[in-house]
Amino acid sequence: MDRRRFLGGLVASVVPVAGLAQDEAQTDSTVGQLWDPNRAGRFITPRGERDNAEEIKAIERRLRCTCGCNLDVYTCRTTDFTCGVSPEMHREVLGLWEGGQTAEEIIAAFVAQHGEAVLMAPPKEGFNLVGYAMPFAAVTAGFAALLLFLRHHARRSTLIAAAAPTSSVDATDDELARLADELQSDEP
Amino acid sequence: MTLLGNIALWVTLLLGVWGAFMGFAGGLAGRPELARSALRAVFAVTAAVVVASIALLTALLGRDFNVEYVAAYTSRNLPIYYTISAFWAGQKGSLLFWALIVSIFMTLAVMLAPRRDREFLPYVAAVCLVVVAFFASVMLFASNPFERLAFVPQDGSGLNPQLQNPGMTIHPPMLYLGYTSITIPFAFAIGAMMSRRLDVTWLHAIRRWTLLSWLFLAVGIVLGMWWAYVELGWGGYWAWDPVENASFLPWLVMTAFLHSVMIQEKRGMLKKWNLALIIGAFLLSIFGTFITRSGVISSVHSFTQSNVGFFFLGFLIFVAVASFWLYTRRLDLLKPDGTLESMVSREAGFLFNNLLLVGIAFSVLWGTLFPILSEWVRGTKVTVGPPFFNQVNIPLGLALLALTGIGPLIAWRRASVANLKRQFAVPLFTGAATLALLAALGVRHFYALVSFALGAFVIGTIGQEFARGTRARHRQYAEGYAVALMRLVGRNRRRYGGYIVHLGIVMLFVAFAGMAFRREMEATLKPGESAQLASPFGHTYTFTHLGVSQYNELNRLVSAASVDVRKNDKRVTLLTSEKRQHVDGFGRATFEPSTEVAIKSDLLEDLYIVYAGSVAGTEQTVYRFTINPLVWWVWAGGFVLVIGGLIAMWPGAGSAPGAPRRTEAGYGVTLAAREA
Repeated sequence: MDRRRFLGGLVASVVPVAGLAQDEAQTDSTVGQLWDPNRAGRFITPRGERDNAEEIKAIERRLRCTCGCNLDVYTCRTTDFTCGVSPEMHREVLGLWEGGQTAEEIIAAFVAQHGEAVLMAPPKEGFNLVGYAMPFAAVTAGFAALLLFLRHHARRSTLIAAAAPTSSVDATDDELARLADELQSDEP
Repeated sequence: MTLLGNIALWVTLLLGVWGAFMGFAGGLAGRPELARSALRAVFAVTAAVVVASIALLTALLGRDFNVEYVAAYTSRNLPIYYTISAFWAGQKGSLLFWALIVSIFMTLAVMLAPRRDREFLPYVAAVCLVVVAFFASVMLFASNPFERLAFVPQDGSGLNPQLQNPGMTIHPPMLYLGYTSITIPFAFAIGAMMSRRLDVTWLHAIRRWTLLSWLFLAVGIVLGMWWAYVELGWGGYWAWDPVENASFLPWLVMTAFLHSVMIQEKRGMLKKWNLALIIGAFLLSIFGTFITRSGVISSVHSFTQSNVGFFFLGFLIFVAVASFWLYTRRLDLLKPDGTLESMVSREAGFLFNNLLLVGIAFSVLWGTLFPILSEWVRGTKVTVGPPFFNQVNIPLGLALLALTGIGPLIAWRRASVANLKRQFAVPLFTGAATLALLAALGVRHFYALVSFALGAFVIGTIGQEFARGTRARHRQYAEGYAVALMRLVGRNRRRYGGYIVHLGIVMLFVAFAGMAFRREMEATLKPGESAQLASPFGHTYTFTHLGVSQYNELNRLVSAASVDVRKNDKRVTLLTSEKRQHVDGFGRATFEPSTEVAIKSDLLEDLYIVYAGSVAGTEQTVYRFTINPLVWWVWAGGFVLVIGGLIAMWPGAGSAPGAPRRTEAGYGVTLAAREA
């Protein structure tokens, strides 16, 4: 081993030891250090009661994480735990909540900061109402059209039946009963 | 190998274009020699695509990192099965995989077509060859899997850890099989229109292909849900992501077709509607591909954004315009043979079922595209996430569930009051009793209550159908009940397979409703410390953190956090969730650490434990504990649905080709004549 490698190795071994010493000083001495902390994902802050508060979860479920994952803030910050954005948004929600703001005020603050796209669903106002109403309007219109279609056909069928001779079926009662069974027993 | 791959792609493109021209020309001009040339082109193109696929697989398995695609999606230490799955893991490879499957399907369609369908084959070959040639052109001009780098990297980037899951080896292929096999019914539909043979023959040709496609899509969707649940770590299985929606849309439309086609078969009605559904299903499959690959809509599933989106958009517009132009030119041949006789009939039930299925498809499409529309109209981006889709689709879905139970209870043609009373008594009682029982037990969630009650109603319907059929066979043929049941299903596969599919749907709805009672919490625990979480079923789980161990695996460094689980103080199991740091062949980290969830599943609920991470590198650990009720029933429901689909699809389920169906004979009231 040449001198440069030896000195490099020495420095490399001293730096992590110093880092570990610093970490240990900050943490509970009854908890063991991981053999290789960097393998276990990013370091995480302990969770408290307010992180689990239903009110906070409800707010965060209405807000979209802006990291591009398409998930809401609560789901993103509790999924895979690699996102750096959702924990920050969570802290912001907590800060506003502890500052006495209501859920609606917190939502409004996020909309003011990030725009409407920060909401997991568009607010029910203005053009967005078209978005909410359109599926039901389409199905209702389809329902009405279908009823008209069925009524038209049913009337036509009644007229045809009325015009047709009544004794056209050349079958005994037993045969008709068997036919009815056939009709019942075939495909749905 | 890349040279061979490129040559094979060029051969595919040129022969595809040639075969398409020959197919259309041979069919329209009635020139059998041209039609034969098109059919030969089918085999030649398939062979060329197989050669291209082998070339790519050889490059992947040979770790030829000079090939850009190989370097981007594999590494030296990637296990062999994931190396194979890298074939479809990226944009470029998946395009080739798509072309491969379409080629195989078109070859099978040509080889397996019965004599009565021969007239359609030149057109079928031509349409399929257009599709394959399109994919070859996308690869050659925009996204070539055989592109080489200017240098040879020492190792590849490896496969995304979230794709290193057994589900990913089969979920995407199943979806691709579903998406691509829609091409065959679409090709037959075009063939029927071009040949002007729009009688019931083309329906026989495509019904089984549509069912196959529907089945593959169903399997792909359920496997995708399973993958999302076990791999992504968010504790759910469906997020209404645009790409999930894209797979759901053609499935819904094909489901509508599989119901309405029965009216055309029995009554000669809804010809225009059925044709429109098949064209729509194919367009939606291309639309799904466009969404996945264009980057026009933000999605976690999207491939790298590239200009292939323009290709797909152009192709989508071309196919839509050409298909509907042809469709409008054939409307005069699509007049109904019969008429509906009553608003209370099985036919009317199918029509309402179609309305809801297409309505749900429309609402999903609408929600998926609404962000673009909003930006276009208002200049403001909005997000349309699960709250929107749930609000819109849950009521429609429940109405559909109700129809699943109502439809089979109504007689064909016209139902009498006496018939309705007889049919509805048991299912209505089952549904009402379930509603009362759950309400008495304290269930107050509205949609969940409705879902469970409707589920019981549908099960009442299905049970009644099976019981009556079995009893009838038992009486008529003196068979034991078990034998009677088996023969009942075996001899009416399409009908009873359909009921089994309905049963699977009920199980899925019940499982979805269960998620309304989900419980979750985060907890920070030192080794030996515990957290408690109450189950919606009344008991309490105690989770005790045991510690974190670290070790090396083939291509990853693992940190495993273990939890002892007790249920009401009785020990249940030990669960271990992991953090995985994937590395390349030189030990260098390749991706962000990923999470492996620990899951314990039973009929009632899933325990879902996620190791979130460690506090300042110690064994003090943050967990997310979740209790997901009834999730097991999602997978069971998916399995039952597939079994039902297989039974319905099994050869021999329908009548012999060309023979009059018994019910058709009945409608013609020819029984007396035949008896005579």
